[in-house]
Amino acid sequence: MTFLNITTNARINFNAIVAINWLILIMMKNKSSVIKVIPNLQAAKKHVIKLSEKTIEKTKYINNFLSELTNIFLFINHTIKETFSREFEFREFTRQCFQIGYKTLPIISVTGTIMGMVLTIQSRPALVHFGAVSMLPGMIAVSIIREMGPVITALICAGKIGSGMGAELGSMKVTEQIDAMEVSSTNPIRFLVVTRVLAATLMIPLLVLYADALGILGSWAGANIKGDVTFVLFFSQAFSRVHFDDLLPAVIKTFFFGAVIGFVGCYKGYTAGRGTESVGIAANSAVVLSSLLVIIVDLIAVQITDLF
Amino acid sequence: MNATQTVTTSSAKTNSDNLVIEIHNLRKEFGEQEVLKNVSLQLKDGENLVVLGKSGSGKSVLIQCIIRLIDPDEGTISVLGKNVSALNSTDLGELRKKIGFLFQSGALYDSMSVKQNLEFPLQRIKKHLNQKEIDEKVNEVLENVGLSHALHKFPSQLSGGMRKRISLARTIIVDPMIMLYDEPTTGLDPVTSDGISSLINDVQKKYKTSSIIITHDIECARATANRVIMINDGEVYLEGNLEEFEKSTDTLIKSFFK
Repeated sequence: MTFLNITTNARINFNAIVAINWLILIMMKNKSSVIKVIPNLQAAKKHVIKLSEKTIEKTKYINNFLSELTNIFLFINHTIKETFSREFEFREFTRQCFQIGYKTLPIISVTGTIMGMVLTIQSRPALVHFGAVSMLPGMIAVSIIREMGPVITALICAGKIGSGMGAELGSMKVTEQIDAMEVSSTNPIRFLVVTRVLAATLMIPLLVLYADALGILGSWAGANIKGDVTFVLFFSQAFSRVHFDDLLPAVIKTFFFGAVIGFVGCYKGYTAGRGTESVGIAANSAVVLSSLLVIIVDLIAVQITDLF
Repeated sequence: MNATQTVTTSSAKTNSDNLVIEIHNLRKEFGEQEVLKNVSLQLKDGENLVVLGKSGSGKSVLIQCIIRLIDPDEGTISVLGKNVSALNSTDLGELRKKIGFLFQSGALYDSMSVKQNLEFPLQRIKKHLNQKEIDEKVNEVLENVGLSHALHKFPSQLSGGMRKRISLARTIIVDPMIMLYDEPTTGLDPVTSDGISSLINDVQKKYKTSSIIITHDIECARATANRVIMINDGEVYLEGNLEEFEKSTDTLIKSFFK
């Protein structure tokens, strides 16, 4: 059974529940001269009506949720199909790589450096207490490379890139630019969505590696605030603790972070409503949903890594 | 006059009586609201057909159905002999290359300059052109709309009238056979509106296009129409030439042509 069939059947079943509930409501609300109104029956009738109304409300909510889920699945399916199209929009793809990659460098530079510094300053006292301050560089490096660097960078990118995509595509939807693209025989999914999703998928891992490097640099700076450790010593201690199986799973999951941010940002923008308010809603919901999904993907990645 | 009436058309300046668009019994609803109930119309080769109607009467939905931005619920639309609803995405793409659509808001791409906006459809539809030919074509259409100086500007730097003219330039640059205008003069001052109406006539003469012009601007209708259809409440209310509309004693039509 395909995913589409499951959600369609679930919708049909819920629609049947809604129909039955409406029937109960109509029967209950119709006054019949044959049925004598007894106080207990009247109370039961009210309770059933209330219950039916709540059930209808819930089924409509679930119906909408399942419809949304189907739309997301179809959107992802369409995007993946267009990714392997012969007429790939290479020029737009490189422009998006520049927008997503190069233009995010300043904020990632600041975030990465501060992340390393803060982590070092916070961790140092505990390690000094245990007389294990020599383990500080290694601990920071492993923390940044395995978890802090990828997740914090992805969350920053979800805010900057995800909201940017949601707002840009949302405003294009509102001002009929996407329709204009469609009527000029350009596939808007191929031009707008595929290029952005691919660019995000490829650029975010590079941004994460950049953030990791700056994080370790910031950690060295942080270590020198209260201590005194040379650059060479710090880095040799840091990388002596880092292994290939710290780096590889972290890099792999950043590709998924990038894909999630790209898909969510594009989906929210592409399916924005027709009013200007919907542009703000698209941008906001793109950030919220992509941030949440980054955390969930991280959890799944950690569980999978743990198996090995 | 409440029933749909077809008045004899005057001598429209058409090249032939070949039909480029035929619509039969078109119906479209959004939820419980029936926007188009039973619309049938024809567009002849070389003519400007003006579709008048109040706001919300379904005019924009009509032309969006023609180019299949919206799928109708019932009815058939035939464009250049092809049933639009039955086309697959490749054939629909090929058909759309022959149709120009001028959006109400202009729909210029904000992230691209005027030059890039004009090159965009040309590079995709006329792939055989080299860059020199593309540049010549861009300069030619900009000259036609009187905006040669706006080549390197961005849409945010243009006035409403300039944006509409650049949008028109972007539409005609691919030499379409059919033009669909969605409220071309909305939001523009009378002088600029006259300019747009003149451009519509110039496009008809120079590019030999057949056009459907959706508008509630009577001056634009007067300037451009070979034939007029009025849509009211999702149905064709009256069809004829401009003179018959102007002389009509029907209350609704008189309210338009005050």
